[in-house]
Amino acid sequence: MSNIATNEKIPNNVNLAEDRRLQRALEQWQPSFLDWWREMGPEGFQLQDIFLRTAISADTDGWAHFDYVRMPEYRWGIFLADPVPNRTIGFGDDYGKPVWQEVPGEHRNALRRLIVTQGDTEPASVEQQRFLGKTCPSLYDLRNLFQVNVEEGRHLWAMVYLLHSYFGRDGREEAEALLQRRSGNPDNPRILGAFNAPMQHWLSFYMFTYFTDRDGKYQLLALAESSFDPLSRTTRFMLTEEAHHMFVGETGILRIVERTAEIMKQHPSDDPRRHGVIDLPTIQKYMNYWYSLSLDLFGGEVSSNAAHYFASGLKGRAHEDRFEEHSALDAYYAMDVLEDGKLTREEVALRNAMNEVLRDAYVEDSQRGVDKFNKLLTEAGIDFQFKLPSRRFNRQVGLFAGVPVSVEGELLTQAAWDARRDAWLPTEADEAYIHHLMSQPVYEPGKMAHWIAPPKRGIKGRPVDFEYVRMD
Amino acid sequence: MAESSTDSLPISFDAHPSTYRHWTLDLQGDVATLAMNVVEDGGLRPGYVLKLNSYDLGVDIELADAIQRLRFEHPEVKVLVITSEKDKIFCSGANIYMLGRSSHAFKVNFCKYTNETRLYLEDLADHTGIKTLCALNGTASGGGYELAMACEHIVLTEDGNSAVSLPEVPLLGVLPGTGGLTRLVDKRKVRRDLADAFSTVAEGVRGKRAVEWGLVDESIPRSRFQAGLQASVERLRGAATERSGPGVALTPLTPRRTEDGHGVAWEHVTLRLDEARRTAELELRGPRAAQPETASALRELGASTWALQAFRELDAAMLELRFNHQHIGLWILKVSGDPATVLAADAALLKLASSDWFAKEILLHMKRVLKRLDLSARTLFAILGEGVAVAGSLAELVFAADRSFMLDAEGGPTLQLGPMNFGPLPMSNGLTRLQTRFLNDPAHVEALRRLTAPLSAGEALRQGLVTFTPDDIDWEDEVRIAIEERAAFSPDALTGMEASLRFAGPETLETKIFGRLSAWQNWIFQRPNAVGERGALTVYGTPERPSFDYRRT
Ligand SMILES: [Fe+2]
Ligand SMILES: [Fe+2]
Repeated sequence: MSNIATNEKIPNNVNLAEDRRLQRALEQWQPSFLDWWREMGPEGFQLQDIFLRTAISADTDGWAHFDYVRMPEYRWGIFLADPVPNRTIGFGDDYGKPVWQEVPGEHRNALRRLIVTQGDTEPASVEQQRFLGKTCPSLYDLRNLFQVNVEEGRHLWAMVYLLHSYFGRDGREEAEALLQRRSGNPDNPRILGAFNAPMQHWLSFYMFTYFTDRDGKYQLLALAESSFDPLSRTTRFMLTEEAHHMFVGETGILRIVERTAEIMKQHPSDDPRRHGVIDLPTIQKYMNYWYSLSLDLFGGEVSSNAAHYFASGLKGRAHEDRFEEHSALDAYYAMDVLEDGKLTREEVALRNAMNEVLRDAYVEDSQRGVDKFNKLLTEAGIDFQFKLPSRRFNRQVGLFAGVPVSVEGELLTQAAWDARRDAWLPTEADEAYIHHLMSQPVYEPGKMAHWIAPPKRGIKGRPVDFEYVRMD
Repeated sequence: MAESSTDSLPISFDAHPSTYRHWTLDLQGDVATLAMNVVEDGGLRPGYVLKLNSYDLGVDIELADAIQRLRFEHPEVKVLVITSEKDKIFCSGANIYMLGRSSHAFKVNFCKYTNETRLYLEDLADHTGIKTLCALNGTASGGGYELAMACEHIVLTEDGNSAVSLPEVPLLGVLPGTGGLTRLVDKRKVRRDLADAFSTVAEGVRGKRAVEWGLVDESIPRSRFQAGLQASVERLRGAATERSGPGVALTPLTPRRTEDGHGVAWEHVTLRLDEARRTAELELRGPRAAQPETASALRELGASTWALQAFRELDAAMLELRFNHQHIGLWILKVSGDPATVLAADAALLKLASSDWFAKEILLHMKRVLKRLDLSARTLFAILGEGVAVAGSLAELVFAADRSFMLDAEGGPTLQLGPMNFGPLPMSNGLTRLQTRFLNDPAHVEALRRLTAPLSAGEALRQGLVTFTPDDIDWEDEVRIAIEERAAFSPDALTGMEASLRFAGPETLETKIFGRLSAWQNWIFQRPNAVGERGALTVYGTPERPSFDYRRT
């Protein structure tokens, strides 16, 4: 396996050819990564040519190259966004001082934890999605799935690069452990809850890429502010790829809604399920489920870790430069907390509320796509609007973990919640219906499964009926 | 650091499994499972939330009670499993916000009490023979891991997340306060450099590495955890001590206020407070009637056996003084009763203890209570005045004292030694109080064994058994002046001086925990780097970061 980590094999802009130490580390890690990919990557399709984009530079234009490639031969590369000259720390106690090119010892453990937690989500989602190829609604979607998969693989590479380059032996061990944890395995699960949730069909896939990848976006935005410059540069580049993942989610949901709306117009008085599409209330339930699961990923509403990360300049707010004040020291954040079984407004020190601040930005951003789905329904003349549930609904982390709260955000008794659960979250019957609907894959170029509308356009100027995956 | 104004609310140490709030004691045949499930808003005092199975004194009082009851009430139990009912979290240690709100004196007493509880857990395994297993079904951090280390066998679940950790140094700028550092290297014999690395990584160590480093004994994948636990229970069961039933119920004690309202009286113990002089008189009386000489008679008397009840009462009085009367700096120890009855009771217990678990438990209990006396950070003066005759186990109070005064008068008080003074009631250093007293002359201790007659003040003084023996003309003044002088010294200096003088001789895990670890911890607890305006403990959980004065001493 010598010479594997060379310039051609691993596209990079980190001067890998001259960094012997890093080369050696990655040479050892790469075979393990490929083993992991074969074992836990997409089931099947490893020999097919797939029309994929590969990152080849960090230039704003022309950073990606599109061509057919077999997934195991994908050139997972290491790219950092260009350095910002004279960049200074943008928030926290060390505001205005030069950013760090090396890890300061006192922040080593916390930074490693942040990087490992982010890094762990990347292979996790590949594992969660590994069986979806067998039920894809079109070659276009199949290709998008694999595009997301290989890029999550590249994001793993990006985090592993940081671990190998800056964290010594611990970093190498953590990089190894990233390949050993398994989504959903009780003995060695992925670190965060949502990344252990089963994802068995394409409705969940679109919801995941819409809601959960969007959590990724906000985590990356917060890490892009980091005083640890290599982390900042790495995450800034990852964001360019992440945009596509959310595009897959948003357009996927939109196309399902479009198809259902079409059928509803044709058969206004029928249950859409009779016509083989997904009824809007069921879509709403999956939305409730994945949205609440993704909200958990931001962590507790009041968090001393979050305060510590902010104070020490490790993790900022999304778009820190849009805030006027960057110490966040003598400021407060008003939030609803639970006191004696009642919701009470409480002022929390702003630094301790940083998870909630990031969640705010996420909630706002999540609403944008929902507005598009609703606009489509309005234009189709259908009297139904999607609504994001209250952020207190169905939470497993934070102040409202396990607290029975309605989608509107009101506190309920456990019995009242249980009685309405099936109206809010997917039931076994819903799952069975979706599985039934999606049991057959569509591998014919240009053809779409019955329950989803075709996309408006293809990839990189290719037509929708382009052979995105060569099935022979 | 703001001290809680509720610090002065009296604390009750009464507990019973039927009223536990934070633990469930489940008995299945010969296995007892003690599962922690701390009620978040069930703190002993207002102002903090007991999140993530963190504990305060109230939680520990229940734990101590459960350990005590297993000894006496459940002889059928061979294995004690300590675990948690919370998913993915075993215990996260003493509650930081509780510590932050507490006065220094309370923190110190809290740590001392929890330390004693953990030593009782070890005593349960070592001497009662109930094997202890800690089933870490989730993360054990700080005091949570220290509790685990007080068990003989630690099993950690392997789920990619659960870890053991001592995050005090990196996270809070203090030390693990319940023997953690000492047990790491002294009990578990973790290599000191690995212990050093472990104690500075806040997130701790998981799975296989925790086993490799000796931090836990087994690491079992989550899906096989229960089965693996069962196998460990089977193994431990074989090594447990056989004890036949029935158990002896520990009936509640019945303290009442003394008539003057300035004290508490139990059946064999009376506590009289003198707030103005900052002293308390602690009187322990001998048995009023002859004590049982057979195992069956002893069992019949149960918890009202003098040696059990009197020392339970003494224990209660000490806790009352430690927690609820912190300004009382000097305890005047007094004993009374018929020496022959005491010596007979002692002899019967010693004889029965070799074959009867109940007699043995009574002895072990006396040992623990006397250790608690040694470890109390108050001046102890023993006063043997008019009409007093001290013998056997009661004489241990005299030897526990920092000084003793015995009236020298015709027909005055006597002191009589017995077998209890020569082995069954060791101190934390592993020696008897007499061995510690005569560290320079072990032969003298042997000679004293043969000195079985009652000793007058003059004789007791010659034998080195008491400190001062004023005659009846000087007595009143000498004793008064000694007490007044003592009560006027710096309480801090006295605490340090007494603790340094009481435990001569060899070091043990216990003396290291109380003498070294606790002393360092108490020092750190006072330092600006911990509790100053920007100290680590002060700013924990606030948006600020600590700022240290980096000068080392
Ligand atoms: Fe990603
Ligand atoms: Fe993504």
